[in-house]
Amino acid sequence: MTTEYQTFDYDVLVIGAGGAGLRAAIEASANGVRVGVITKSLLGKAHTVMAEGGIAAALGNVDDRDNWKVHFADTMRGGQYLNDWRMAELHAKEAPDRVRELEAWGALFDRTKDGRILQRNFGGHRYPRLAHVGDRTGLEMIRTLQDHGIHLGIDVHMESTVLTLLKDSGRIAGAFGYERERGRFLVFQARAVVLATGGIGRAYQVTSNSWEYTGDGHALAYDAGASLSDMEFVQFHPTGMIWPPSVRGILVTEGVRGEGGVLQNKEGRRFMFDDIPENYRAQTADTEDEGWRYTQGDRNARRPPELLTRDHVARCIVREVREGRGTPHGGVFLDISWIKARMPNADAHIKRKLPSMYHQFKQLADIDITQEPMEVGPTTHYMMGGVRVDADTQMSDVPGLFAAGECAAGLHGANRLGGNSLSDLLVFGKRAGEYAARFAKENATVTLDSSQIDATAREALEPFERNGENPYQVQHDLQRMMQDLVGIVRREDEMERALEELGKLRERARNAGVVGNREYNGGWHTALDLHNLLTVSELITCAAIERKESRGAHFRDDYPQKSEATGTCNIILQRSDSGELNLKREPLRELPSELKQVIEEMK
Amino acid sequence: MPTATFRIWRGQNGKGEFQDYVTEISDGMVVLDAVHRIQAEQANDLAVRWNCKAGKCGSCSAEINGNPRLMCMTRLSSLRLDQAVVLQPMKSFPSIKDLVTDVSWNFRVKKAIKPFKPRRPDAADGTWRMAQEDVDRVQEFRKCIECFLCQDVCHVLREHSLHDHFVGPRLLVYTAALEMHPLDNENRVNELRNGNGIGYCNITKCCTKVCPEGIRITDNAIIPLKERVVDEHFDPLQKLFRILRK
Repeated sequence: MTTEYQTFDYDVLVIGAGGAGLRAAIEASANGVRVGVITKSLLGKAHTVMAEGGIAAALGNVDDRDNWKVHFADTMRGGQYLNDWRMAELHAKEAPDRVRELEAWGALFDRTKDGRILQRNFGGHRYPRLAHVGDRTGLEMIRTLQDHGIHLGIDVHMESTVLTLLKDSGRIAGAFGYERERGRFLVFQARAVVLATGGIGRAYQVTSNSWEYTGDGHALAYDAGASLSDMEFVQFHPTGMIWPPSVRGILVTEGVRGEGGVLQNKEGRRFMFDDIPENYRAQTADTEDEGWRYTQGDRNARRPPELLTRDHVARCIVREVREGRGTPHGGVFLDISWIKARMPNADAHIKRKLPSMYHQFKQLADIDITQEPMEVGPTTHYMMGGVRVDADTQMSDVPGLFAAGECAAGLHGANRLGGNSLSDLLVFGKRAGEYAARFAKENATVTLDSSQIDATAREALEPFERNGENPYQVQHDLQRMMQDLVGIVRREDEMERALEELGKLRERARNAGVVGNREYNGGWHTALDLHNLLTVSELITCAAIERKESRGAHFRDDYPQKSEATGTCNIILQRSDSGELNLKREPLRELPSELKQVIEEMK
Repeated sequence: MPTATFRIWRGQNGKGEFQDYVTEISDGMVVLDAVHRIQAEQANDLAVRWNCKAGKCGSCSAEINGNPRLMCMTRLSSLRLDQAVVLQPMKSFPSIKDLVTDVSWNFRVKKAIKPFKPRRPDAADGTWRMAQEDVDRVQEFRKCIECFLCQDVCHVLREHSLHDHFVGPRLLVYTAALEMHPLDNENRVNELRNGNGIGYCNITKCCTKVCPEGIRITDNAIIPLKERVVDEHFDPLQKLFRILRK
């Protein structure tokens, strides 16, 4: 190996420092192994920081009818039963402990009257279940993990990006990447690697995701030969900001609806009452009054239709806009100010419960949400699909390669419930860290293949030698194409066209050139990110073509109904040794009878 | 489309110069949008740090016409556009390139502050009980997004570069959040007075003014901490009381 690389050696290398990555690192470290963490940003800035609503965990502090069984059944129903049932079971059982653990590490959640952790309502959750801190729960969570983790002897490589995973005869052996500040290459030797890289939102034009979300973990795992699952399921959050144009896509928390906010079309109609799916009818309020009482904690009331699952709400909004009942800027109204009619001091209540929403609209859109409605529309928010992992250990089918959080598949099936993401990060971050540490202890040291490293380094520097196309332009065109052709409503012919376009974009990406030097060069970083964006875009498109039905977040205009043929399987994608994309349908594993019974009981 | 001029500091390791960029602007744009447009269209290698673009992560701190601000939360409509908008990196930290500074000092200093140490759980199931009123006070400090704008504006760091003697407003807020945490049992008063240099703060409140989260840094965090230092070190009765209580 040439000496121009900085080299590090760890037992467990964690890629990503959001909730899942930090939790994995903490756990691996607690298991007595040497841990390194790589993060594309500064510590504490990862996308988890933007999570607003809360952490779903059946603590039963607000409604003692809640328990893991209800949470499990809610998660499965929300995911249209395509979830990995074992992950959903572990998640529902372990989330409460993970939340209490955060409190022991210093997190300060909002409190109930008797001093326990307060929980709020959220879409698809039968009882108030989300532990929260106003609408900045993600910040509280990441800061708690960060401030706890910095005292555990974990090495953190800030502002560094991984370009490729390294293998040693079939097994994971480490990773190769660069640091932004000086543009130097970094070699990480590791006995186990945990991917915790988050999602893929930057493949789309309108997204709530930051620049980091370029599908790195998905693409790294795919390139390393791991199989991926459920890539057709991209969650479009129903409520993103839509005006002014520069803020389009920024998230408006579901907490607004949890606190009593209502969706209205331009005629002032609460259109969510017009279309309630059959499997939710028994749980949904009949009247506006019942819905309001639910949000205010009436245990006998059922939830308002605004709190149906995200896939459904997003589609209803698209329908209103398409049929000409949208707002001036092409969305619908989300109104929390109306609660003035129902409670005294509503202004102060809104500001206390939704401080960052108040702040965000006031500063970015000149809207006072305590006085007037917001304009909202769907925004690319979350990736249900990802690396296929073993439920208990989070290991992929590449030995030593683990994945947790958004870049792993399984827990959420065809649609994720709000609040289940933060709990996912904690539950499976911990498990990934624990089992990665165990794997590292049980398996001998690895050797690195210097030819693979040298080849990747050479390739990474090629854009400097080309007087090629502006990488930002390629990225922009890719985002627009995916938005238009593989967005919230999909059709076979459009997606076939998307595949052709992807071929052309890949060609353009190969010819992208950058100016300047290697030090903190945004153009270079953008050029290098294109490979991952193109890879995940192709995987999403292929899986979406294969699923010829509408289910959860995946909606096909040409197949608007559910179908048995794909409704009982996951779509698995894997790269063959020769680089071909292999796609197969894999039947769901049969639920054990006790879990079947749980689902039946909760119907 | 109308245009505006942005005078952006370009350079590396403290050496560089301002360069003017004219770019199109539209309704509702923030400074970070303009910087992104310039980066995508005119200066691909421009260095700028950002993440959430919604005022939640605290990455895009810079000095806009001399004022420490988040670029993502500064609307162009709040600035005079008949003259160039001047953008430069934070002054209190070493420059890396263009608008990006090396803020790693903040992370190192934080590590040296004694971590959270909770009292024993209140309930048999290992959980605690806390009243919302007691939590409110600390939740204010925990809103901090670590943008380090308070560190940037603080004259002790900015003008006098006393980074080795004073931890700055951000880390005093961090210490206050720990010290006033209803469950915390640790004592950090000695360090506050000595290594952390709380005495250097002469409560000019510049930090409070620039905080994008509206945390009342001076009044609610620093002054109460100063009082604790005074109580512990200079009030003999208090000192005796504390010894007896232990």
